[in-house]
Amino acid sequence: MSRKDKRQSQSNSLLRKALDLIARYALMVLVVLLLFGLILLISGKDPIQSYTDIFSATLGSSYGFSEVIVAMTPILITALAVALPSRTGLINVGGEGQLYMGACLATWGAITFDSLPAWVLLPLMLLLGMLGGALWAFIPGYLKSLGLVNETITTLLLNSVAPKIVAFFVFGFWHSPMDTNKTSNFVSAARLPTFFNSRIDLSFFFALALLAAFWYVMKYSRWGLEMRAIGGNPQAAKRNGIPLNRYWVIIMCIGGVIAGLAGMAQVSGYYGVLLVNFSRGLGFMGFLVSWLSFGDPLGILVTSFVVSIIVTGGNLLQLTSGIPYAVINILLAFTLFVVLARPVFFKRKEA
Amino acid sequence: MSLLAILGVISSAIFSGTSLLYTTLGETIHQRSGIVNLGLEGIMLISASAGFGITVMTGSPYLGVLVATITGGLVNMILGFLVVTRRANQLASGLALMFFGFGLSALIGKPFVGAKINALPRISLPGISNLPILYASLFEFDILIYLVIPMAFLIWWLLFRTRWGLGLRAVGENADTAFASGRNPFLIRYQALFLGGMLAGLGAAHLSIAYTMNWSEYMTAGRGFIAVALVIFSKWHPLRAIVGALLFSGAVAFQLLLQSSGVQVSPFLLDTIPYILTLLVLMAWGGTRRHAAPASLGRVYQGGQQ
Repeated sequence: MSRKDKRQSQSNSLLRKALDLIARYALMVLVVLLLFGLILLISGKDPIQSYTDIFSATLGSSYGFSEVIVAMTPILITALAVALPSRTGLINVGGEGQLYMGACLATWGAITFDSLPAWVLLPLMLLLGMLGGALWAFIPGYLKSLGLVNETITTLLLNSVAPKIVAFFVFGFWHSPMDTNKTSNFVSAARLPTFFNSRIDLSFFFALALLAAFWYVMKYSRWGLEMRAIGGNPQAAKRNGIPLNRYWVIIMCIGGVIAGLAGMAQVSGYYGVLLVNFSRGLGFMGFLVSWLSFGDPLGILVTSFVVSIIVTGGNLLQLTSGIPYAVINILLAFTLFVVLARPVFFKRKEA
Repeated sequence: MSLLAILGVISSAIFSGTSLLYTTLGETIHQRSGIVNLGLEGIMLISASAGFGITVMTGSPYLGVLVATITGGLVNMILGFLVVTRRANQLASGLALMFFGFGLSALIGKPFVGAKINALPRISLPGISNLPILYASLFEFDILIYLVIPMAFLIWWLLFRTRWGLGLRAVGENADTAFASGRNPFLIRYQALFLGGMLAGLGAAHLSIAYTMNWSEYMTAGRGFIAVALVIFSKWHPLRAIVGALLFSGAVAFQLLLQSSGVQVSPFLLDTIPYILTLLVLMAWGGTRRHAAPASLGRVYQGGQQ
């Protein structure tokens, strides 16, 4: 086939490809809904009623929509915390732990300096949260750069350690007089401001800014190019004078900074207290979102939005149908299974 | 501190370590065949809830253990389909399976929250029953505890002394070469996942039917991830996995001992010891290539039919 023919057939098939993609996505959604509908049926619920409930409660009202945005914020941020290191070939499964450490240090700031005004306290908490995440990501990054331990293993191990450190501080020192498993409510100066008469807080705008920055750096800056070079072939990048080890440590730390920010936002914005085991897999959701969208900024935005609809819908199912909140994880898992089972639809790339 | 207290602590450590050792053995098989399974947590939750539910309904703990074991193997087939047949990313698929387990186990277990069961009966060994009654009661274990060390030896024998085990390890090291020498990597990985899933289910059964004797959401509390850590700690070897599980239950025992002797150390900090120790061990032998992981661990085997 000559080059000209090839180009022509490419443009011809572009529309068909787009239609194909839409049809496939629709099919995937259908499969997911059928599977989860089956689960709902077996547990004695009306699937169609449940789906209309979920839809009307998430996208059907402005309040519902705002709740989706609220749920989306930490997932979007932790997805970026995974997507950035993944560009250099680093697999950061540690968003969960970094998020906990960010929340932990931010809470320390909120409790210790509770008399400061908000315009000093909030930036301080933000810095502390980022520091906590960075600290937790520095360990795997540094061990990787020394060639000692693979960062996947280190981040997984540290994921299990961080919630226990939080539990240590909360149970041991910070717990409120009423409950042993959480701190007292933060003073209002330690709370992120909210907008639009909803629970959407400042961290959502952080998330959008980070997403834009991520897109810009990756696409237009020298760092983005060098990072992609490292991700493509570390040894070749090294021979070309890119400081490989320094990059690995710094990028890992930046990932941690981002995840730590999500942790700070959870305690300062969403909860207003530090609760033991508050996350239940936010960092892992971020990992999945980042992986499913191959670290593509737009993909991350869309995927985290879809995941958030599911998560928000779960809250509602619990209220109206009396099935445990955790059950919504089945819907999430089915979605992930279907996407994972059809990787041939997408460009093949490592996480 | 009395001898009785110390023995009591050891006894409870054995109880808490058993489910972990079964699960670690299961993950050892997975990883030896080249698959990292981060979904263990989900498999354990589903098995624990299913086994517990069956025990409540039928009154037979043995039937509960059986169902939990088979459930573990079957649920793992989802992972098999994703990572073997559909060649999906293993870490992402495992985490998806974990979320599936969170959800499905909550649904299965909901009717049985707070239910009472006939726990797996304790069996007294002949020598033990001669001891004073207080001591004897501490060392009456259920059948799964007696079987866990033999199970480790059985898995070791399977992996290192049979042709099947050789084929499995070959697939874990280099699936293409194994294929060239007449093995079927797809089939072997499915088998490894089924067997490993059954072991994780067995561990979960011990957790809900023999140890805690109840069901609650998220009851495995990270045991699936501890098992992954212990596999690495034990350098992918079933017999060293015994040491790993002992280390973990030893940390639990140590923590109970400290508490009973009045020393104030936070149990949460002691809980971190196994992880930190694993990390330190990994760092210690990190530079050497000798006991490294199965070479194609985590890699997707594309197979001949591209």
